[in-house]
Amino acid sequence: MNFIALKMLLGDRAKYIGIIIGLTFASFLVTWPSAIFSGVMSRTFSFVTDVGLPDLWVVDPQVQYIEDIKPLRDTEVLRVRGTEGVEWAVGLYKGMLRARMNDGTFQSCVVVGLDDATLIGGPPKMLAGQLADLRQADSVIVDEVGARGKLARRLPDGRRIPLKLGDTLELNDHRCVVVGICRITQTFQNIPVIYTTYSHATTIAPQERKLLSFIIAKAKPGADLREVCARIRTNIRLSAYTPREFKKLTFWYFLKYTGMPFNFLTVVTLGFIVGVAISGMTFYNFTLDNLRYFGTLRAMGTTNRKLLRMISLQAAAVGAIGYGVGIGAASAWGGVLSGRTQIAFKLPWQLLIISAVAVLVICVGAAALSIRKVMKLEPAVVFRS
Amino acid sequence: MVVDLLPGEVTTRASVRCTNVSKTFGTGRTAVHALRGVNLEVRMGELMMLVGPSGSGKTTLISILAGVLARDGGDCSVLDHDYSEMSDDDTTRFRGRNIGFVFQAWNLIPTLTAVENVAVPLIILGTPRHAAIGQASEILGKVGLDDRMMQSLPLDLSGGQQQRVAIARSLVHNPRLIVCDERTSALDSETGRKVMELMRQLAVGVDRALIVVTHDARIFDFADRIAMMDDGIITRVLDSPREMQTQS
Repeated sequence: MNFIALKMLLGDRAKYIGIIIGLTFASFLVTWPSAIFSGVMSRTFSFVTDVGLPDLWVVDPQVQYIEDIKPLRDTEVLRVRGTEGVEWAVGLYKGMLRARMNDGTFQSCVVVGLDDATLIGGPPKMLAGQLADLRQADSVIVDEVGARGKLARRLPDGRRIPLKLGDTLELNDHRCVVVGICRITQTFQNIPVIYTTYSHATTIAPQERKLLSFIIAKAKPGADLREVCARIRTNIRLSAYTPREFKKLTFWYFLKYTGMPFNFLTVVTLGFIVGVAISGMTFYNFTLDNLRYFGTLRAMGTTNRKLLRMISLQAAAVGAIGYGVGIGAASAWGGVLSGRTQIAFKLPWQLLIISAVAVLVICVGAAALSIRKVMKLEPAVVFRS
Repeated sequence: MVVDLLPGEVTTRASVRCTNVSKTFGTGRTAVHALRGVNLEVRMGELMMLVGPSGSGKTTLISILAGVLARDGGDCSVLDHDYSEMSDDDTTRFRGRNIGFVFQAWNLIPTLTAVENVAVPLIILGTPRHAAIGQASEILGKVGLDDRMMQSLPLDLSGGQQQRVAIARSLVHNPRLIVCDERTSALDSETGRKVMELMRQLAVGVDRALIVVTHDARIFDFADRIAMMDDGIITRVLDSPREMQTQS
């Protein structure tokens, strides 16, 4: 009977393609904005992702998310180091500074100041130069996207030449020399990221009473992270988070205080509705068109259970194909754009499941309507001309 | 196993026995009394024709005999089974095993080839597809379709060829009762006669019976008996087509 079901489905080429297109659109329109949303949200905590070494992030208790920097006193580093269960702790500067371009324009940059002694918190991958080169005077490391894009040198004819080793930058009226190009996870604001040492960063940053943005720390082997965090909260009165908790804090801040989830949810809902409207209705119409033949099969001895299986198989077949094509199209398009633009595209396995569930709901709904119609069909209809 | 009979030879065993069968569609003032107490007996080995004007209840009666429509009253035994005592699924399975259908509009599935259409009853009964296609090809050969036609979709076949496919489909699983809501009037005289000869030759045997609904006088000669219907009842059963000609 599966053979008959599939031949009935594939034989009606126009409707079959219509259903597939509808489900492909639904799958694509559910997956694409979700993947963009996922990419954008993962960029909100990209700094934590890239600083992979520490177990703990220690910040001011009022900090709500990673960009919400409330500077600490430099002496807090020593207090964290003195907390039971902490192996080591170093300070980290993170601030927004303006870079003056060779044509006189300005570009905002994120400047990260690393512990002078250890350089902990540096970029995850160096493309040119070495991290240790930061120990040279006035040295900085620039992220590749910034070096190729917003920080690239502009020629009078409009062309841009990417920053390379040895080039100079002017950061807040301070001359800096590029000693490295690195690759990092793109930031939410999508602006260049410049790494330097903590002492250099605090020299070029506008002077404030306190400049320490974060303390990153490593727990001793076998130490309970929750307990160490609790000790820091109690003894030093600072907040301490594991990287996962800090990411979560940032994620929820953006989810709660920006309109992004609603915007993306609206697009996803529209995609789902398009899927229901096109594929659901076309599948239902396909069943209505074939009602006489389902009646014929029933008259000739096909039980309701077999008819149910036939319709379910038809729905599953178009669902699987539409889902696959939709996901494939979203992945391919995301891959193409990610290679050429700064688009935030991330397709984790959870999204594949969400998209599958959306397509499944459309198929089950359409199949349920169709099955109901066929089950209620009186086989005597076959004798009517 | 169906044993062929000599022309006109009919057994005394009943294939169908109906007493006072009634059927009403709708209720109240809009009710239509399609059958008002039909009595009918069809014997094994018999080709029984049901004739009558449009709206006389012929299609309703064969729908009840085929088990695709429930009767409202009366008794009806088909191949010694009473549908009213069977569950829906049992009735469906009974139809699949014992009844062959030739529908008024053929009802061939348009996306299946002729041979696949004929194989459908066997596939429903669980015959593997390859074997079912083999048996279907064999019977299509008997009704005169060549290999090319067998692989054609119904829409690519003429009306007469489609009818042959429908007949082959009704016979392929060797049913004991064949109900045929005929449309030979849609065919030219020569083709109509050929189709009836074919039905007579292939479908009638000791262990099976054929009921044909028609109002095409050109094919009355093929009947063993003719039941005349009017206004929901069988007004008369003629024992030979000659009686019919005498009547008219």
